[in-house]
Amino acid sequence: MNANTTTQEHATQMGLNADEFARICERLGRAPNLTELGIFSAMWSEHCSYKSSRRWLKTLPTTGAQVVHGPGENAGVVDIGDGLAAVFKIESHNHPSFIEPYQGAATGVGGILRDVFTMGARPVALLNALRFGAPDHPLTRHLLSGVAAGIGGYGNCIGIPTLGGETHFDASYNQNILVNAMAVGLAQRDRIFLSAASGVGNPVIYIGAKTGRDGIHGATMASAEFSEDDQSKRPTVQVGDPLAGKLLMEASLELMAADAVLAIQDMGAAGLTSSAVEMASKGGLGMELDLSAVPMREADMSPYEIMLSESQERMLVVLKPETMETAQEIFDKWDVDFAPIGTVTDTGNLVLRFQGDVVANLPLAPLVEDAPEYDRPWEAITPPTPTPNDALIRDMPLSVALKTMLSSHFLASRRWIYEQYDRHVMGDTAIDCGGDAGMIRVHNTQKGLAMTTDCTQRYVLADAELGAMQAVAEAYRNITATGALPLATTNNLNFGNPEKPEIMGQIVGAIKGMGAAAEALHVPIVSGNVSLYNETDGMAIAPAPVIGMIGVIDDIMRARRQAITAPEESIYVIGNEGLGTGWLSNSVYAHIIAENTDTAAPPPVDLTAEKRHADAIRALNDKGLISAAHDVGDGGILVALAEMLLAGNMGAQLTLPAHRLTHDWAFGEDQARYVVAVADAPVFEAMLTDLEVPFQKIAMSVAAKELKLGADDAIALTELRRGHEDWLPNLMKG
Amino acid sequence: MPSIAVIRFPGSNCDRDIITGVASITGTKPSAIWYKDTDIARHDLIILPGGFSFGDYLRGGAIAARAPIMDEIQDHVWRGGYVLGICNGFQILTESELLPGALMRNVGLKYVCRDVVIKAHHADDGLLSAFKDGQSFRMPVAHNEGNYYADEETLARLQDKGQIAFTYTAGIGGDKHIDANPNGAIEDIAGIVSENGRVLGMMPHPERNLDPIHGGGGQDGRQLLKNLIEAVAP
Amino acid sequence: MINVLITIQFKEDVLDPEGKAIAASLHNLGYSEVGAVMTGRLIRLTLDESDTARAMQKAAKMCEVLLVNTIIETYDITIEDGEENSA
Repeated sequence: MNANTTTQEHATQMGLNADEFARICERLGRAPNLTELGIFSAMWSEHCSYKSSRRWLKTLPTTGAQVVHGPGENAGVVDIGDGLAAVFKIESHNHPSFIEPYQGAATGVGGILRDVFTMGARPVALLNALRFGAPDHPLTRHLLSGVAAGIGGYGNCIGIPTLGGETHFDASYNQNILVNAMAVGLAQRDRIFLSAASGVGNPVIYIGAKTGRDGIHGATMASAEFSEDDQSKRPTVQVGDPLAGKLLMEASLELMAADAVLAIQDMGAAGLTSSAVEMASKGGLGMELDLSAVPMREADMSPYEIMLSESQERMLVVLKPETMETAQEIFDKWDVDFAPIGTVTDTGNLVLRFQGDVVANLPLAPLVEDAPEYDRPWEAITPPTPTPNDALIRDMPLSVALKTMLSSHFLASRRWIYEQYDRHVMGDTAIDCGGDAGMIRVHNTQKGLAMTTDCTQRYVLADAELGAMQAVAEAYRNITATGALPLATTNNLNFGNPEKPEIMGQIVGAIKGMGAAAEALHVPIVSGNVSLYNETDGMAIAPAPVIGMIGVIDDIMRARRQAITAPEESIYVIGNEGLGTGWLSNSVYAHIIAENTDTAAPPPVDLTAEKRHADAIRALNDKGLISAAHDVGDGGILVALAEMLLAGNMGAQLTLPAHRLTHDWAFGEDQARYVVAVADAPVFEAMLTDLEVPFQKIAMSVAAKELKLGADDAIALTELRRGHEDWLPNLMKG
Repeated sequence: MPSIAVIRFPGSNCDRDIITGVASITGTKPSAIWYKDTDIARHDLIILPGGFSFGDYLRGGAIAARAPIMDEIQDHVWRGGYVLGICNGFQILTESELLPGALMRNVGLKYVCRDVVIKAHHADDGLLSAFKDGQSFRMPVAHNEGNYYADEETLARLQDKGQIAFTYTAGIGGDKHIDANPNGAIEDIAGIVSENGRVLGMMPHPERNLDPIHGGGGQDGRQLLKNLIEAVAP
Repeated sequence: MINVLITIQFKEDVLDPEGKAIAASLHNLGYSEVGAVMTGRLIRLTLDESDTARAMQKAAKMCEVLLVNTIIETYDITIEDGEENSA
């Protein structure tokens, strides 16, 4: 046994405080050696242990009839009927993407894909949620172009379509961008693979790419606050190899289909450490590994480096011993490394050997169960007051305000980004980026799977609880607008330093709001990720509890897009409670037209109304009464309508009397609303009246390619489109 | 119905899509052939699907073009067999010199995935025989290296012998704002055929617009593939 | 062991959009003296070979067979000296 014991000094360097180090020594009955300390520091990092957030995460709703596996596995698993399951999760790769945007984003995509296919699901879609600094910040263009290319670089090559996402700009992300990637996969419901090791004596196999020195201590890095001058201290970023990822995916899925796998776990954050510890501890067993047998890319790697490397495209598998030969053949076919490196034991310990010596011998229980859990002090948020509409409304034609907003960084087209993503590979894409939610056909069925990511961070910054509730509500509406029924949620909590009570207060508030919404809307949270310490020099990001959601529609031919494609259809707002009460406080209108950037109160969220109005949309759509639908979000009714017209290249004429066409009506961001186009207006109105859901007819579609906004205000679609489409390409041209 | 096979290289990722697409037209699933196998003799039409064969490392299609199975495909071509290369398949065909010219990096220096409209050109023999001159089709492209290049002499020969199969053309209503040619290809070339008309390479993906759920409505890609299959049908 | 460096560039009459973009960017940064910019690719091979002439010959063959697309690219082969080799 390696005798070089460690001290508090080593522990501090690895991000473990005095209490934590003392606890380790006490549990072991001795000081750990360097390799063992490295293992503890990774397992007890914020990233792996959720030590600041766990207490609160436990309060989230995670169960429901549709839930097959909730949080705790590699990804959440939800029943979508007919013996099938959707497997999905979102995960952040924020810090690596800031350091090296292409590789950071690419490996983020690779990592989340492995989380999904590890469970036996074939990935079928990718989404993302991105935050960059102010558009004119000197790093923004470089980071955005690298991240977009990296997401495409990995996803396109491995052949999974990117079907949705959102990108926002805000100065609070100047030094801390957010790159959250979500993957969705499909599996047979009864063929889900888990990570708990089983069967004492069974072989533990390393599969995939070789181990190098990439990203050592990435998990610890993801749990530390940066200062601007520590660029040099940052460890090497991992490099992704999407071809290796593709071959590993195909080989793994073939191995699982061959019924050879007892347990399988991706080597993600903290690499071999977390995969071995999780597999053994979940199985209530032990594991003995010979690190000399690990396929290595570089010479002279130490046990410490082997255990903490975050080289990509690797997995750990416990195989049925009798299937070794079959497994070997599969891996030969795909040219993927396959190396037996150990066995399952019943000792309850993780024992590591290297060149004949035992280099670590750790009881698993303290590593996992004794990980610290903090009840960090937090400050409750005092919700701000709204800015009154009178202080925000500016005197200008609706068309001018509309064009200005659609050409602003909030609402300008993201085509420059998503054209770099393959959105059609796999051949099942029904709705891709630019829609409310992406949708694919569940291969060989009539079923559609809808998916989205959402978060309006300016709302969360103002009122974390309400803002997080709104994020769930918006995702719910986006799924609903396609005609699908939302099923379940994944979340990515991006915040600053939780050791600051005001940041902890944001976290607590956001979890409360998100939990309440997920409960009320029956979309339990089945997987997720926490990214804390998104701060540089004490400046925290605007908090972004990103919501990923999936939903299902039984007949994909009933799926609705936002494009209005026919003239002489009636256009309605569903859910409009009143007139002239539009909520402008903290809206896009406030920020862009009134140039009021106060963190003022966001619009209230009425979860009962959200549910009722969404149910109405689905009921109307099931009756074939809706030809196009779009949720009302940023920018309000008029922006939603304009987006529907631009998508279908169809004009429209507002039909409301002039005195009702106020700016607060047009641009207010009240929640629980949709804009829909309808061919059979009388039947539609009768049904909504029966359902007691408020609605308002606002316009008729017309063949002329312009939007007429009353008697003497109109704008051509080409003009709206120009500003909307040109903003981002112009920014990127510089 | 002709016998159709799809070759899978490591990194091919549109193999399942084209198999599904062709099967929805012919009612028969094309055979999938792993690149390490080499028996392709009994098939009339060989399809090289899209994707990133061997990661597209070095150049798109370069490594696949040197795989032993390409010798078999060469023989198949000499025997008068038909070959269709879509996207990465087109790159493999130029890299293996079964088609002239080269596919260079997109002029915008970025991967591009968007709908385009292409115009077909008729030829009396070979894979273009069922197309009408000027017949247009809408479908997506998705590639890094689709910028077709040929030197002047080669280009003149292609024009002279009617080997330019498809050209990008303007025409998607709402998308007029966007360039018709997505990658800078010379003479807007989206696809070419060999001199005997039996080897066709094209950048756009017909298999991505042949299901009614697809954004383009599903008619155009289906019609294009039908035309090709009809030309092969003995 | 001999290290062979292969430099691959576009032929002169082939448009190099990346080179053009770099030139434009350098001009924007005030480097008005920059004329043409050509990009390319560098491949470094370690050959189990002791004779440099034979190494050159073998490398040239590899270029023709795989490493270079001679329709659009040209190449240049140099032998790296032993000093750099160990660096």
